Amino acid sequence: MMKFSSVMTTPGEWLRGEGPHHQVVISSRVRLARNLRNHAFPGWAKKAERIAILDLIRPRVEQLAEMQDSFSENLQDLSALERQVLIERHLISREHAAKGVGSAVVMNRRQTLSVMINEEDHLRMQSIRSGLQLKQAFKLVDKIDSALEEKLQFAYDPRLGYLTACPTNVGTGMRASAMLHLPGLVLSELINQVIQAVSKIGLAVRGLYGEGTEAMGNLFQISNQTTLGEKEEDIINRLSKVIETIIEKEHDARQILLQKKPNTLCDQIGRAYGVLTYAHAMASKEALNLLSIIKLGIDLGAFPQDHRLSIDGLFIDTQPAHLQKCSQQKLNAEERDYLRAQIIRDRLKLLPKPDISKMARESGNGSTARASEDE
Amino acid sequence: MQKVNLCDACSKEKGVEDPKSFALADLLLGIGASEEIEKSTLTQKCPVCGFSQADFKKTGRLGCAACYTTFAEGLHTLLKAMHKGTEHVGKLPQRAHRTIELSHRMRTLNENLQKAVAEENYETAASLRDQIKQLESELSNP
Repeated sequence: MMKFSSVMTTPGEWLRGEGPHHQVVISSRVRLARNLRNHAFPGWAKKAERIAILDLIRPRVEQLAEMQDSFSENLQDLSALERQVLIERHLISREHAAKGVGSAVVMNRRQTLSVMINEEDHLRMQSIRSGLQLKQAFKLVDKIDSALEEKLQFAYDPRLGYLTACPTNVGTGMRASAMLHLPGLVLSELINQVIQAVSKIGLAVRGLYGEGTEAMGNLFQISNQTTLGEKEEDIINRLSKVIETIIEKEHDARQILLQKKPNTLCDQIGRAYGVLTYAHAMASKEALNLLSIIKLGIDLGAFPQDHRLSIDGLFIDTQPAHLQKCSQQKLNAEERDYLRAQIIRDRLKLLPKPDISKMARESGNGSTARASEDE
Repeated sequence: MQKVNLCDACSKEKGVEDPKSFALADLLLGIGASEEIEKSTLTQKCPVCGFSQADFKKTGRLGCAACYTTFAEGLHTLLKAMHKGTEHVGKLPQRAHRTIELSHRMRTLNENLQKAVAEENYETAASLRDQIKQLESELSNP
């Protein structure tokens, strides 16, 4: 069994950001909600029943072949900070982090798979992959669902499908989502148009940490909103197609910015570089917004490609809980802002100044990138 | 009795959707009866877990799997508005799938048995009876 300290030091597969379309799609997630047939849902079950449910489910999840080298812990045995770290890595939900006795989380070493026990439903199984890999993420989570179903009696109705605590999840119990980095659409003020168009076709667009959170760092989550009346594969195909269109629009927006507003773009990148290199206090939101512009700079060739990983890592490492876990102490907001600025300064020491001339030449690259996406 | 005249917009705002049925309940069962009826549907409880519709109004979550049967009527409208369809077309749990398959096979065997008996083909009937027995035990221990 893995310890929490090793969860911290292993960044997780999706944070390495090598998946398809990784310039725009940070990660793909698919989660399935399942419940046991003969027990009240976690929100209605009394403490003793929740514990009984946990005792029934947890060993069976731990026995899965995919969970051979896993981290498994009761929620009440995790500190507030550790829970926050898991939220920042999207391995547990904010709702799950608020749970106490009777809830647990089990996840694999690669952090591609996490299972929340007694969240809103008895089981919330999630697979997370880097880049656009919704199909692969679904395959993995579908496999463990089938394996668990041999040992557990799931609540299932022939007409309504899998029964969930909230009627919005009934049917497939599936939520597929992708985290997109869309600085081009934001800078060219096309993002609201895209969000509106996407909402019209029954998909949801949200901020960094899901429902009700604001968009920071030009990061957006897009997911299916309905779960009944459509097959899992069809939902995923529909979502993937929409995401591919958004990727195309994002690349187009970047090209247009390069051609029509190169000064604005250079100014943004230069300012982001300047502030991140020299600031001594940096709030989380400001850091994300500026890092987003540096990431765009790497995509466009203003910075060398081999710095991608270290910049991508900063998106997570500068989040409040990761900062505190890293420094081994509890910090107040002001202290966090100092430490955040320091970590960013240190890492940016290795990043050369933006090279605007290379950026112009890279504009050809944008279309090759797009051609390869049509495969 | 207090009479209130409401315009169309106000009646909707106050939740008086169908003033006729509203008045009828009051007329037949006494003033306040319609409110009682409303209350009784809100206090209708799931026989399995004791969850009520009022609880659902409060939390937006259901109590257990059986609540989907208990509150089927109200949920149907809700699900229809919420989702693409009203019927699941996705994944089937293998175990449930197997049960459906087995019961289908059981029906065929029973039909064949009746035919065999009618044709006085007792050898076939005996073999079919054995098969049915085995299937029955499989069905009772999934």
